[in-house]
Amino acid sequence: MSQWIAACEADDIDPEDVIPFEHDGNDYAIYRSPDDAYFATDGHCTHEKTLLCDGLVMGGVIECPKHNGRFDYTSGKALGAPVLVDVRTYPVKVMDDTVYIELP
Amino acid sequence: MPARASTAEAIVIAGAGAGGVRAAFTLREQGWDGRVVLVGTEPPYERPPLSKTGEYRLICGGAALSEAGITFLAGAEAAGVDTAAHVLELADGRRLPYRSLLLTTGARARRLPFGGAPVHVLRSYADSAALRARLAPGRRVAVIGGGFIGLELAASAAALGCRVTVIELGPRLMGRAVPARVAATMAGRHVAAGVDLRCGTGVTGLAGTGSGTEITLAEGTAIEADVVVAGVGAVPETMLACAAGIETGDGIVVDERFATSAPDVFAAGDCCRYPHPLYGGQPLRLESWRAAQEHGAAAARAMLGETEPYAGVPWFWSDQHDYTLQVAGLASAADREVVRVRPDGVEIWFGLSRDGRLVAAAAAGPGNSVAKDIKLAELLIARRAAPDPVTLADPAVTLKSVLRSPVAG
Repeated sequence: MSQWIAACEADDIDPEDVIPFEHDGNDYAIYRSPDDAYFATDGHCTHEKTLLCDGLVMGGVIECPKHNGRFDYTSGKALGAPVLVDVRTYPVKVMDDTVYIELP
Repeated sequence: MPARASTAEAIVIAGAGAGGVRAAFTLREQGWDGRVVLVGTEPPYERPPLSKTGEYRLICGGAALSEAGITFLAGAEAAGVDTAAHVLELADGRRLPYRSLLLTTGARARRLPFGGAPVHVLRSYADSAALRARLAPGRRVAVIGGGFIGLELAASAAALGCRVTVIELGPRLMGRAVPARVAATMAGRHVAAGVDLRCGTGVTGLAGTGSGTEITLAEGTAIEADVVVAGVGAVPETMLACAAGIETGDGIVVDERFATSAPDVFAAGDCCRYPHPLYGGQPLRLESWRAAQEHGAAAARAMLGETEPYAGVPWFWSDQHDYTLQVAGLASAADREVVRVRPDGVEIWFGLSRDGRLVAAAAAGPGNSVAKDIKLAELLIARRAAPDPVTLADPAVTLKSVLRSPVAG
């Protein structure tokens, strides 16, 4: 059963940035795009277990802080070596200034 | 698109480290459908973990290589290059004709100029395993050399409960590539972790004693250790090139397309010396994981006809204890420095050239806390930006806004 979990307030994330979110012992990354759309992915890079929330967001791309692997955080797509495996994404919605993430 | 050749033609890569493997895959990504032959004495594995966790991790498995149509000659050793005939000769007598040859022979650990007692070095997984087998709580470990490898090993040994002393000839740690202020931050972290740092003193001799090794220091004192490891730099593997008459000199000399002095022979990664366009064509030999991969990819494209010079910003990281250090650019190219002190206490160091260009940035802090700022600095360096020093020092102004300001562009 999937469920919508309140992750943060809309203003907790600067535009074009990312914050960490932990739920049930799992790490997630919540993104706010430059045009104020919200997205969510697994918290860790698929290359090694590095938290993506310490990485830089530029446009629709997050770069892993450790080895510079890049993902399109809107689709989860890995954008080339060293990351070869896409990062999992999760549906996100914003209601009354609260950001919700749909977790399985 | 690069020109395609008949399938009979082979591109041969000598050396299956980070650079060689990335080159092989890049050839396929770029559409080369001829043969790709990768020659390596060992399976392709990641070296960065060796000084940290010691974990053995393949860069890619055999299946990924064969899926990409890359012929991996495991256990093969390159023994000679016949540059006139375009043939790579292997130690076992096999001859590999090539259309283009890429030398990614890497580097080897420099050894101390004297014997007297066993000294570990670190380059291969076997080196790492041999060293780790000797690390245990309470063991006295002497690390000779306060550079990246030595300091990462010091941190790893301390985490395993060893009593660690680092002996560095220079006046401070990481004197070659890291600015003093950032090195001092890292030194503080080592001291807090109980590592005994002895800078400004050389080692003059080693002698086996009944209970370990006695290390005589230049200042006249001696320390005793159960395990001695030297992290005193790396020597580029140039023998193959040298013997083939290819120009070398602290590395295999390449041009801005990674071409060596021999026709159709290229070199990339730790073994090469590359004239960097961001630093006035100054020849650089970089020993870093990312440079190896970027060089490998760029050399692969050059072998397929790409003419654009590679201008990637030098970048490396080092994990020591729970801190990570990152450096972008070339600290030695800096003429003046600016420091930004963030609200969390982390200091970001910027190096500017005489004409005000940002040429380097460095920082050390807990976890990956410095990554975003160093990445933004890297983007500024790549674009040859000359940001206002006052702005750089002001933590209230984000580096992203500096990057997007017209001055930086």
